[in-house]
Amino acid sequence: MNFEPFIISFKLAALTAFILFCIALPLAWYLSQTKSRAKPFLEALTALPIVLPPSVLGFYILWALSYNSPIGAFFEDTFGIKLVFSFSGLVVASCFYSLPFMVQPLQNGFESIHKNMLEASYIAGKSKLQTIFQVALPNMKPAILTAIIVTFAHTVGEFGVVLMVGGSIPGKTKVASVAIYEMVENLDYTSAHIYSAIMVGISFVVLLSVYIFNARQNKRFGL
Amino acid sequence: MIDIHIKKELYGANGTMNLDVNLHIKEGEFIALSGKSGSGKTTLLRILAGLEDAKGTIQVDNKLWLNNKKTIPVQKREIGFVFQDYALFENMTVEKNLLFVNNDKKLAQHLLELTELDSLKNRYPNRLSGGQKQRVSICRALMKKPKILLLDEPLSALDPTMRTKLQNELLSLHKEFHTTTIMVSHDPSEIYRLANRVIVLQNGEVINDGSPKDVLLKTQGSQKFSFEGELLDIKKIDVIYVAIVAIGQQLVEVVVSSAEAKNLQLGDKVNLSTKAFTPLIS
Repeated sequence: MNFEPFIISFKLAALTAFILFCIALPLAWYLSQTKSRAKPFLEALTALPIVLPPSVLGFYILWALSYNSPIGAFFEDTFGIKLVFSFSGLVVASCFYSLPFMVQPLQNGFESIHKNMLEASYIAGKSKLQTIFQVALPNMKPAILTAIIVTFAHTVGEFGVVLMVGGSIPGKTKVASVAIYEMVENLDYTSAHIYSAIMVGISFVVLLSVYIFNARQNKRFGL
Repeated sequence: MIDIHIKKELYGANGTMNLDVNLHIKEGEFIALSGKSGSGKTTLLRILAGLEDAKGTIQVDNKLWLNNKKTIPVQKREIGFVFQDYALFENMTVEKNLLFVNNDKKLAQHLLELTELDSLKNRYPNRLSGGQKQRVSICRALMKKPKILLLDEPLSALDPTMRTKLQNELLSLHKEFHTTTIMVSHDPSEIYRLANRVIVLQNGEVINDGSPKDVLLKTQGSQKFSFEGELLDIKKIDVIYVAIVAIGQQLVEVVVSSAEAKNLQLGDKVNLSTKAFTPLIS
C-alpha cells in the first residue's frame, strides 16, 4: 500500500492551516472591529469560496497562476517557481479555497470577546497587538482550535480545486482524495475502500477531539 | 486640575442630541455624575478616557489630552476605568489581572489586602461573585495610580448589602489615594455618602452642579418632610379620595380632597410633603 498521497494531503493541509492562520488573524480582527462600509464587501469576498463551485475557483486560480498571467509570470521569472501543477501551486490554491474556514471562526471568536475587556486592556496601557495576543486570543481558544482544525480538515477534503490546479502527479500533487478518485476510475475498489476508511476514521477522530476540547473549555469558563 | 470643554453629537433613543459639557474639576474631588439614561453620562466618561472622540479640549494638569488638532490615545491617558460589568480578563487570575496593568507586586498585595481579596488572588474571575469581581475591577483600575478614576455605575448590579460594603471600600480607597474620581450613579444615598459634588446631566447638558445636599435634598421651604413618588391609584371611598403613592420601594396611602383628585393623573410624579407635626422614629 502506498501512503504517499496521505502524506502529501497532510503536508498540504498543515502548511495551508499555518499560512492561513497568519493571514486570517489580522483580517478576522479587522472584520470584527471595523464599522467601515467596506465590511460587508470584504465579508462577501471572503465567503465566496464556500459557495463557488470548485471548478470555477480552480479555473481562475489556474489562469492566475499560469505563465499567461502577470502573477504566474512574476513568480516564474523572479523566483523560478512554477505555480501550476506543482506543490507550491497547491498551497496557494488551498489558501484561497479554505480562507473562509479560517476567517469566520476567528472573526466569531473576536466578536465574542466583550468590547469592555478589550477596552480595559487599552486603558491598562496595552497596545492593540498586546491586547490581541494577551487578552483576546487566550479568551477564544475554542474558536482558534475550531478554525485551525476545520481549515486542516477542509483542505484534506478538497478535490476539485486540487485536481484542476495540481493535476495528479504522483509524489508531488497527488493527494489522497484524488488518489481515491483514480482508484475508483481504475476499478481498484479494494484500495479505494482502504483509503476511504482511513479518511473517515481520521476525520471523525479529529472532529471528535475538537468537540470534546470545546466542551471542556466551556465548562471551565462556566458557559 | 481638570478642564473639560467638549462637544459631541450623539444619536440616542430620543433622536440626535448635543453633548455640550464645560467643567472644571479640582484635584481629589469625588464627583457623582447623575441624570436619566441617555443623558450622555457614559459618553462623557468614555470621552474622558479616550475611548470615544469629541470636539473641544480636555486639559489635565497642564497636559492637553484633547484639542482640536490632536488627541492623546487611551493608552497614554493616566486613567482608571471601572465598568458596570467588571470586564475582568477571564484568562488571568485575580492577581494577574492587577499585575497585567502594572507589574508592581507590592501595590497589588496592598490593594488586595485593603479589599479583603488576598485569599482569592489565585482564583479565576469566573469563580468569583459579582461583588468580588467588582472589587477586583476597582483594584485593577487603581494599579496604574491614575490621575482620574472613572466609574460607570460600578455598583448598580450588586445587591444592597454588597453595595454598602463596596461604598465604604471606595470611600476608604479614596481617602488613601486621593484620586480624582468621577462616578456615574443613580442612587441618592450612594451619592450622598461618597461624593462631595454632584453634576446632573440632561439631554447632554449640565443642569445642576453642586454639593449633594443642595442638589439631592427635596425639601425646600418650610416643609419638614418631602418625598417624591409616583401616583399609582386614586380610589373614592365614601366621600373621601385615597391616593396610593409609590415612594422608593414603599407604598403609601394619602387622603386627598376631591379638587386635588381631579387634577391628578395616574403615573404623575408627585411630591408628598407635610409641615408641623412630630414624627416618631422607632
